[in-house]
Amino acid sequence: MSLAGESNGAGVGAAPAREKTSPESEVVIDCHIRELYYGTFKAVRDTTIPIVKKSITAFIGPSGCGKSTVLRCLNRMNDLVRGFRFEGHVKYGGQDIYLPSVDPVAVRRYIGMVFQQPNPFATSIFNNVAFGLRLNGYKGDVGERVEQALKQAGLWEEVKDKLHKSGLSLSGGQQQRLCIARAIATQPGVLLMDEPCSALDPVATRKIEELMLELKKRYTIAIVTHNLHQAQRVADRTGFLYVDTTQGGRTGYLVEFGESAQIFGDPQEKHTKEYIRGEFS
Amino acid sequence: MSTTADILETAETTVCQPPSRWQVIADRTFRTACHTFAWVTVIGIVFIVARIILAGVPAMREYGPGFLTGTTWDPNKDAYGILPEIWGTLYSSILSLIIGTAFGVAAAIFLSEGYLGEFVFGALRVFNLHFHPFWTHLPQRLEDLLRNLIELLAAIPSVVYGLWGIFVVVPAIRPVCNWLHLKMGWFALFSTDLSGPGMLPAVLVLSIMILPTITAISRDALTSVPPKLRMAAYGLGATRWETIFAVILPTASRGVFGGVVLAFGRALGETMALAMLVGNSNRISVSLFSPANTLAALLANTFPEARPNEVAVLMYAALVLLAITLIVNILGAVILQQTSKSQQGAH
Ligand SMILES: Nc1ncnc2c1ncn2[C@@H]1O[C@H](COP(=O)(O)OP(=O)(O)OP(=O)(O)O)[C@@H](O)[C@H]1O
Ligand SMILES: [Mg+2]
Repeated sequence: MSLAGESNGAGVGAAPAREKTSPESEVVIDCHIRELYYGTFKAVRDTTIPIVKKSITAFIGPSGCGKSTVLRCLNRMNDLVRGFRFEGHVKYGGQDIYLPSVDPVAVRRYIGMVFQQPNPFATSIFNNVAFGLRLNGYKGDVGERVEQALKQAGLWEEVKDKLHKSGLSLSGGQQQRLCIARAIATQPGVLLMDEPCSALDPVATRKIEELMLELKKRYTIAIVTHNLHQAQRVADRTGFLYVDTTQGGRTGYLVEFGESAQIFGDPQEKHTKEYIRGEFS
Repeated sequence: MSTTADILETAETTVCQPPSRWQVIADRTFRTACHTFAWVTVIGIVFIVARIILAGVPAMREYGPGFLTGTTWDPNKDAYGILPEIWGTLYSSILSLIIGTAFGVAAAIFLSEGYLGEFVFGALRVFNLHFHPFWTHLPQRLEDLLRNLIELLAAIPSVVYGLWGIFVVVPAIRPVCNWLHLKMGWFALFSTDLSGPGMLPAVLVLSIMILPTITAISRDALTSVPPKLRMAAYGLGATRWETIFAVILPTASRGVFGGVVLAFGRALGETMALAMLVGNSNRISVSLFSPANTLAALLANTFPEARPNEVAVLMYAALVLLAITLIVNILGAVILQQTSKSQQGAH
């Protein structure tokens, strides 16, 4: 599979073909950040995270430690920040997505994203979900795909009678599920979620968590969360990031990474222990 | 007043008290002033319109609706018709609106989407100055400078535009126009030659005059599109072009359209530059090079030497111009309402 110069439309159909040939615990994204800068500010260093196919990987850590930064690195959203610089590699399916020949736009088509704040476009519910399909030049039945995505996002029953109403007329939780439907309509290889539940109440949060467990059967998910219980409930693997202030400045780095059961049950590092004990006691 | 305070007082130590005399007076004065200024504005407009109507009534009685379809203007024979002027007004405004919108919105996108800043940033990077304490502000400063330059276009007096049109634009485009007429005279737009003032120089100058309005208002609308929508589009793998046209422009369409309608109003009413450039010829022609006339230019050129009877006729013409402007604004409002239905809740 080659990201560079791949034609439009390949994103929609490519995923099922890949599945057959891959073993179950294949690493889809192999991320190694040696140093990452915003302008002259060193935001993250020495962070290596493998993201395994059809599983949920969670990033936890104190505010400002670079969780969002690492996540946005995985689909080159950081390229939109003027002055962003990165040393290391991020390999998607074996290919380095930071090679000069790779188009960041193509990367984002394979690696979808859901943001902290629900951000539906100011257009109808249907058009919101169909947006990605149209971008990818999808030629088949758009209506069918939209319905399927809304069903997978658990929103279909609530909106099937008002598909042509504005996406902004929905409640916060519904809007977030609409954004998830929009992101999965093209069946991207990986779904990145940056604190997808932080703007939602506990009931809507539970709904999204159930949805993630459901989506895990088909998609690979990486999630940033502040809620350790949530990470424990949904994530197969968890990475703990922390801020290092010893070298001047505030640089985030990966302290510990492993199976969620191990990270929460038997953390090895001092910082991890303290952070998790603080949350659960 | 003291009684209210007595009733409301709940604890001995409270610091709560009713508004002081001065607070009450200041509040009332402020409210009255706002009311007065608002009403003075409204009454002023009503008064102006009423005066124009009153002054135009004799002409309306005499010439009736035939005034709108007549094509001659001859004070000696008392024959008046303003169809050529209506045509000239609409034709010049629409053409300049098309040009002005294309360039104005493009400039607004260029300014609001950081194209310039990115280019400068890239250039600085070549010299490794992009994080230099002084040079790092250059992209932002250049964007501000360019924006101010465009807005400065609005501050140039229209008589200067007129002179510039006569001495620069006309001589510059004349050879091209006449060549076009020679080679492609069969094409309706080029069916006459340009002998001096005419529709095209007027339209070109008018487009530049309305450009700052469109750019300033569109830029504000574009920059106020929430960044999270941009991120949403980029996150789905949209290119910059797709993000701008599928998400940012539609979301900002209300503001952009508002700027276009405002600019159209300005184009319809623009007087001085057009009186100098359009040729003041009573003629209906689709040719871009033919001299023509507009309502505002007709008023400006004829008023100084008008006899009492003619003044009434000119007031009638002014009323027609007012009506056209009003219709355009209403149409704009209706279109806006129709197109923004799917954006419910966005504003
Ligand atoms: N666009 C940006 N430009 C400059 N610095 C940034 C930018 N985004 C983040 N940073 C900096 O990078 C560091 C890490 O930020 P990041 O958003 O990744 O933190 P986070 O772990 O997601 O925090 P939170 O849990 O509060 O969301 C912070 O110090 C922040 O100030
Ligand atoms: Mg964050």
